[in-house]
Amino acid sequence: MAAAQHFSMRGNETIGAGLCAAFGILFLIIAGLTDHSGYAFHMVVMALACGLGFYAIVNRAAQGETRHEPLEINGRPNYEDGPIRFATIAAMFWGIAGFTVGLVIALQLAFPALNFDLPWTNFGRLRPLHTSAVIFAFGGNVLLGTSFYVVQRTCHARLAGVLSPWFVVLGYNLFIVVAGTGYLLGITQGKEYAEPEWYADLFLTVVWVVYLLVFLATIWRRKEPHIYVANWFYLGFIVTIAVLHLGNNATIPVSLTSPKSYILWSGIQDAMFQWWYGHNAVGFFLTAGFLAIMYYFIPKRAERPVYSYRLSIIHFWALIFLYIWAGPHHLHYTALPDWAQTLGMTFSIMLWMPSWGGMINGLMTLSGAWDKLRTDPVLRMMVVSVAFYGMSTFEGPLMSIKAVNSLSHYTDWTIGHVHSGALGWVGYVSFGAIYCLVPWLWKRERLYSNRLVEWHFWISTIGIVFYISAMWVSGIMQGLMWRAYTSLGFLEYSFVETVAAMHPYYVIRAFGGGLFLLGALLMAYNLWMTVRAVAPRAEAVPAHLQHVPAE
Amino acid sequence: MTTSPQAQTGKPSLWARHKIFETNSILLILGILIVVSIGGLVEIAPLFYLRSTIEKVEGMRPYTPLELAGRAIYVREGCYNCHSQMIRPLRDEIERYGHFSLAAESMYDKPFQWGSKRTGPDLARVGGKYSDAWQLQHLNAPRSLVPQSIMPGYPFLATTELDVNRIAQEMRVNRMSGVPYTDEMIANAVSDLRAQVDPDHPQADAFQKRYPKAASRDFDGNPQRITEADAMIAYLQMLGTLVDFKQYDNKANLR
Repeated sequence: MAAAQHFSMRGNETIGAGLCAAFGILFLIIAGLTDHSGYAFHMVVMALACGLGFYAIVNRAAQGETRHEPLEINGRPNYEDGPIRFATIAAMFWGIAGFTVGLVIALQLAFPALNFDLPWTNFGRLRPLHTSAVIFAFGGNVLLGTSFYVVQRTCHARLAGVLSPWFVVLGYNLFIVVAGTGYLLGITQGKEYAEPEWYADLFLTVVWVVYLLVFLATIWRRKEPHIYVANWFYLGFIVTIAVLHLGNNATIPVSLTSPKSYILWSGIQDAMFQWWYGHNAVGFFLTAGFLAIMYYFIPKRAERPVYSYRLSIIHFWALIFLYIWAGPHHLHYTALPDWAQTLGMTFSIMLWMPSWGGMINGLMTLSGAWDKLRTDPVLRMMVVSVAFYGMSTFEGPLMSIKAVNSLSHYTDWTIGHVHSGALGWVGYVSFGAIYCLVPWLWKRERLYSNRLVEWHFWISTIGIVFYISAMWVSGIMQGLMWRAYTSLGFLEYSFVETVAAMHPYYVIRAFGGGLFLLGALLMAYNLWMTVRAVAPRAEAVPAHLQHVPAE
Repeated sequence: MTTSPQAQTGKPSLWARHKIFETNSILLILGILIVVSIGGLVEIAPLFYLRSTIEKVEGMRPYTPLELAGRAIYVREGCYNCHSQMIRPLRDEIERYGHFSLAAESMYDKPFQWGSKRTGPDLARVGGKYSDAWQLQHLNAPRSLVPQSIMPGYPFLATTELDVNRIAQEMRVNRMSGVPYTDEMIANAVSDLRAQVDPDHPQADAFQKRYPKAASRDFDGNPQRITEADAMIAYLQMLGTLVDFKQYDNKANLR
């Protein structure tokens, strides 16, 4: 049948294939010109990706007209789930990779011999690998996958574009590979959470613009006039991350054949730009995006409407307005002018209110369905994630008070705070969403094992408690030791004595992180078996019961 | 939604007005852009024009080519993940590390390296605290000097030749965004770099004139080669040494 089809390419396919070919050749030329081996490696990887993209587009065109999927079948939207399935698998893969690297660097802090004194295994290069893998690789794929799922279901429309959604998920993961291998090879901008160098940043910018366009164009296909609240949060996340990314990565490359660049801003201005970016990577990537997940998956799973529509309006605008101001609380008592520090502190404290407003909106959605927490461990995971969100958004404003910050800053307390948000909130809401998505996407009746979800929940919860308790104790203890004076008025401890005192807590932290990783491995096995061994969902389900949006 | 209050006044409630954002994606995006721009503009823009942001001090100069190369290695190895370069004006920090850091002291830093975590001590004023030999030994095997240290070893720095090919271009890029390198500094970048590790270099005097008070010696104890350890130690040894705090008048900057 396929042989009878004749080869023809549409305009966008020709453009896509042409761009792949042109950029592939350009990358190969740069690879040949540069004397930096790591950069040459990256250029070859990107040229290979262009080659694969070219092959995929042409190969697809060779299938003839059968490749064009209809927008609707029998009056129902024909949803595009391929890129979502890819992002879901990628999220699980990067999650486990990122948690593993986290465990490795936690063990390095307890047992420094594990650095092996090699360039590509030392803590300084692995730590950005860990943070990028969990935030941008795991979290990013969860956001891409869920946003493409949610926007289709809430708009009753097929994802816009044919090649573009695939370009977004594949391109984003290529960016992750280039960024992550770059750190190991010593290619970094040296700005926390914005380590990728100029060429990776430029590529991500292109991917991100296409992401926004695919998301918007799908919204334009919607059948009902209102845009669902989860999509406001996704849009807030996509648009603001674009602004932050451009502001904090305004660099001048040393040359086309060098991976290195220098940022336009210096010193104090660079510090302010960095933490304006850094704190809002938390605010918009790790909060707004995952709140969108909360606003779709919790109502959906609990089969209840969102608690308060008006609260979600206040939550949205207040959150995005206040978050942007909070950056300077990372720079208390530094050379940043006092007025900026005070503004940062004030808005951080105010931020407590919309954060808890959102938490209340998420938790109270369970009204009338609280009994489901006993029977549905997936829902429980998501509800506990919202509780962790409440906890860390209370701790954050507390730590942004200058007097508290003078003790907590530079210590493990910050690390503990970040992980109560990252493991408890972002991790759990993502796990919950993935547990929902896999049976939906692979059309299975149910998850392979609810008992394994129970085990995952309890093992990782105990892990989180070990982790954050150890960091509270070590952080506050070290902060107090640094400022301890003897009765004669001398500093009581040398710096290295305060380092040595951290050892038992670093061991406990690594243990807690190990439990969290173990939970994720159980999850991966459970999902694998769901796809492999669970019976397919009966297709006889009436249309009006499938994919009903939460509102 | 309850409609009775609107029905009485004839005006739509504030809540109903939100419909315009919910039904128009472009207005929603514009609203988001405006709302998220305000905080950033208010906090960032004044730092570029308020003169009190960076105090006037004597002694600040751009990094020498060797120091700039050393700084690039510091960034490459991710030292900022564990070491801050920002001493806060708190009693214990001033006693432990020295005078609190001034904004001017990082005015040529691209990127800034203030850090956010002290797994190791602050390095803002580590320059001159230890000998070159101590620094080299400590980089090679930290626990041979500080048994309880948890720092990774960097023995490969002393065995890796420093790449000097692009140093002039790197200085040029720094100048494009405000670092006051002169044409002369850029033209002599490579010879200045060599002069800094060799006090007998014919360019040594000219180098000293271009970069006042820059330390010039063989930093890694191996005069045969210019290694990454040379650059790294040159950078560490100059940290926090440019401003002379015996001369610095902290009242002069009160405005």
